[in-house]
Amino acid sequence: MKKVFINGPITPEFIANSIEKHQTKHSIGAHNIFLGQVRADVINDKTVAGIDFTCYEEMAHPILDDIREKAFKTFNLTCMHIYHSLGEIKAGEVCFFVFVSAKHSKEVYAATEYLVNIVKKKVPIFGKEIFEDESHQWKVNKV
Amino acid sequence: MAVIKYFGAIAEVTNCNEEQIAVSDLKVSDCLALLNEKYNLNQFDVSVALNQNLVDRDSTIKLSDNDEIALLPPFAGG
Repeated sequence: MKKVFINGPITPEFIANSIEKHQTKHSIGAHNIFLGQVRADVINDKTVAGIDFTCYEEMAHPILDDIREKAFKTFNLTCMHIYHSLGEIKAGEVCFFVFVSAKHSKEVYAATEYLVNIVKKKVPIFGKEIFEDESHQWKVNKV
Repeated sequence: MAVIKYFGAIAEVTNCNEEQIAVSDLKVSDCLALLNEKYNLNQFDVSVALNQNLVDRDSTIKLSDNDEIALLPPFAGG
């Protein structure tokens, strides 16, 4: 079981360290990174201050294992990492980090798009959008 | 007994994260009907997982002791 869930935001330092760790892997010629950032949406005159993420981890881990296995079979990848935040993430902070590496650029674009979409669709993560006045609503991903 | 787990907006309505339910001769669909009566869950677009695998809401699978049923609102990762 690979570590996916991180309590709190995914920091620029964490992302930089992830890149650095791959500099010893000399078969890699292309990295692609997707970062999901919390938006300060304005809904009915109220501004989103952050999202509180929760997850059904016992169900999420086997689904993530399947996603990884299928991605390695479908795309010619050297490396793949998926990270998602749990807990309260403020607007402007990063909550989702997908990092894909391969020999060539073509594979990493397709794999990144596949991974971002399938994680949003299949992994049981829930998001409470908290407004600046501390009221809230539940986030729903557009399919 | 089986355990029922609630998440997100559903846990907010049930006011708890999990509870036990007696399973004698109870199907998944029966269990959902009971919970719907108690919590009016039809207001949500609920997905149901039995032992961490998604099942149909009208599933006739019979529940056993130690089963884990989870009621999941729409996913919002990313």
